Amino acid sequence: MVEGRLERAKSLGSWLHGVGPVAGLVVLCIAGTALNSDFASLDNAMNVLTRTAFIGIIAVGMCFVIISGGIDLSVGSMAALIAGLVILLMNTMAGWFDQPVLVVAIGMLCSVVLGAVFGLTHGLLITRGRIEPFIVTLGTLGIFRAYLTYFSNGGAITLDDGLSDVYSPVYYTSLAGVPIPVWVFLLVAIAGGVILNRTAFGRYVQAIGSNEQVARYAAVDVDKIKVLTYGLLGACVGVATLLYVPRLGSASPTTGLLWELEAIAAVIVGGTALKGGSGSIIGTVVGAILLSVISNILNLTSIISVYLNAAVQGFVIIIVAFLQRRK
Amino acid sequence: MSIKSAIFGLAASVVALGAPAAAFAQNKVNLGVAIPAATHSFTAGIVWWANAAKAELEKEHKDLKVTIKTAANAGEQANQLQDLVTANKINALVIFPFESAALTKPVAQVKSKGVYVTVVDRGLTDTSAQDAYISGDNTAFGKVPAEYLAKALDGKGNIVALRGIATTLDNERMDAFNSVMKDYPDIKLLDAKYANWNRDDAFKVMQDYLTRFKQIDAVWAADDDMAVGVLKAIEQAKRDDIKIVFGGAGSKGMIKTLIDGKDPRIQANVSYSPKFIYEAIKLTAEARLKGEALPATSIVPSVLITKENAKDFYFPDSPF
Repeated sequence: MVEGRLERAKSLGSWLHGVGPVAGLVVLCIAGTALNSDFASLDNAMNVLTRTAFIGIIAVGMCFVIISGGIDLSVGSMAALIAGLVILLMNTMAGWFDQPVLVVAIGMLCSVVLGAVFGLTHGLLITRGRIEPFIVTLGTLGIFRAYLTYFSNGGAITLDDGLSDVYSPVYYTSLAGVPIPVWVFLLVAIAGGVILNRTAFGRYVQAIGSNEQVARYAAVDVDKIKVLTYGLLGACVGVATLLYVPRLGSASPTTGLLWELEAIAAVIVGGTALKGGSGSIIGTVVGAILLSVISNILNLTSIISVYLNAAVQGFVIIIVAFLQRRK
Repeated sequence: MSIKSAIFGLAASVVALGAPAAAFAQNKVNLGVAIPAATHSFTAGIVWWANAAKAELEKEHKDLKVTIKTAANAGEQANQLQDLVTANKINALVIFPFESAALTKPVAQVKSKGVYVTVVDRGLTDTSAQDAYISGDNTAFGKVPAEYLAKALDGKGNIVALRGIATTLDNERMDAFNSVMKDYPDIKLLDAKYANWNRDDAFKVMQDYLTRFKQIDAVWAADDDMAVGVLKAIEQAKRDDIKIVFGGAGSKGMIKTLIDGKDPRIQANVSYSPKFIYEAIKLTAEARLKGEALPATSIVPSVLITKENAKDFYFPDSPF
């Protein structure tokens, strides 16, 4: 009985959560079109979705971590370090053998593996090491970025031209009119939704987030599940990075700056509670798109002083959060 | 702080008290250098050139000790100034202030302890807090590209501009650019938005400019990092209306492109080399070793770089 009531309360809650960000996005899109008719063009929509892909993919992983009651502040620095390391690796490999396609493929694989390894390390430090996730990932936020700065001497690490030519289609090519990063974003989001709502792992994540002690008594291997959520997020960061690298073909100390806040904001704006327990992948995806639509509209118009751009973003985030607040 | 340096500092001050400085052929100089941390290519260049100056000068003069501190923000830099005075016992300081207003009082504090202060690039709001000022030329940084673009476009066309981070120096550059453009009524500056001296942000801003404006003749990217993002966005949109992309500061990548003539849109640049920190350290150290003072103000001019003089501005070993 209690379960039934909980279930009903939950579904009502998630319905409210779903509507807030979608309504916000619709309103923004109408405003955008009214301000500049080019906003509604297909090209612009694809631009926005493509640039959302990085944050969106990371946000899907972040959604799991936040639902489980954790947090990861390091994702931006992690993406930057992975980008730098993978570029260095590919440049080195290109000197060993003359097969750029193979080199790029290995680079892409390494990107995901590195991300997963970093994520699992976070998970182990948090569970076995019994350190707060906020502290662990605040620590690695500094560590990852410092190592990238060290490897790049503070400048940029740039992919060799030959490799760049082979790799850049991964970002710039379209399949059926939709750029590859958008396809990947879609696949990651669908996979995330299925894992969260249709697998035992997804239910355990939600159970741990709503009450860790109870989950433990229910024989859920809490530590293992937690480590896996961080590993999953790390792999998502790896996927985002392998799409990011071909865009500019370089990594610098400004790469991925503040991505952690954007990803966390996308998750929370999308209706996931920061304290964990429940959340939605669709909401997260909408939240991520919403955030990049704001800056897109601001770039397409000049009615608001450039000095106030950040304020507009702030107002919209707060209004949307207000719309989807718990009743 | 190590005990050794404390004793050294103490001994130095005792010696300095015991005998008039003029009696020494060479003064002992303990030089502190306070600069921003390497968070983007330009500041990375600053750090690199500062370390180059330290290595070279300490080898040359055994009476010179250089201590370099890098700070991530104005508050941290103010703390480092205190450390340099109390722990490192510096008697000369070269500082690239994070912000003019915020660092004025802390620097004045250092000077009041008898330290010789050279300020680089961003002037303090109260000039009595400094002994010497060596600055880059932000006015020319905006003026040179404006004049170049006006001439290249024959006084007619559409320009979009990118800005850095909202700071005094960014405003100086933009104002200088605008004041030149006033004389060319047929050149339209369509918009100028912030892209934070960042490649990724410049890419996004340029994508949106391309969506919004159907005819753009030239882009003032105002920084070589931002020019990288701009060029990628133009390539992606396959637009061929843009004839010139003008960066700025002369990064090694862009200077190389200019020398090789690899990209027809990169025809010129304007110098604003992080090397001026090297000059500032060298000038201050050498003057103080002889007990001399520097001129109150010296400006390192920003000049137009074209294919002809580009190799004078090419430093392949520097990260910038």
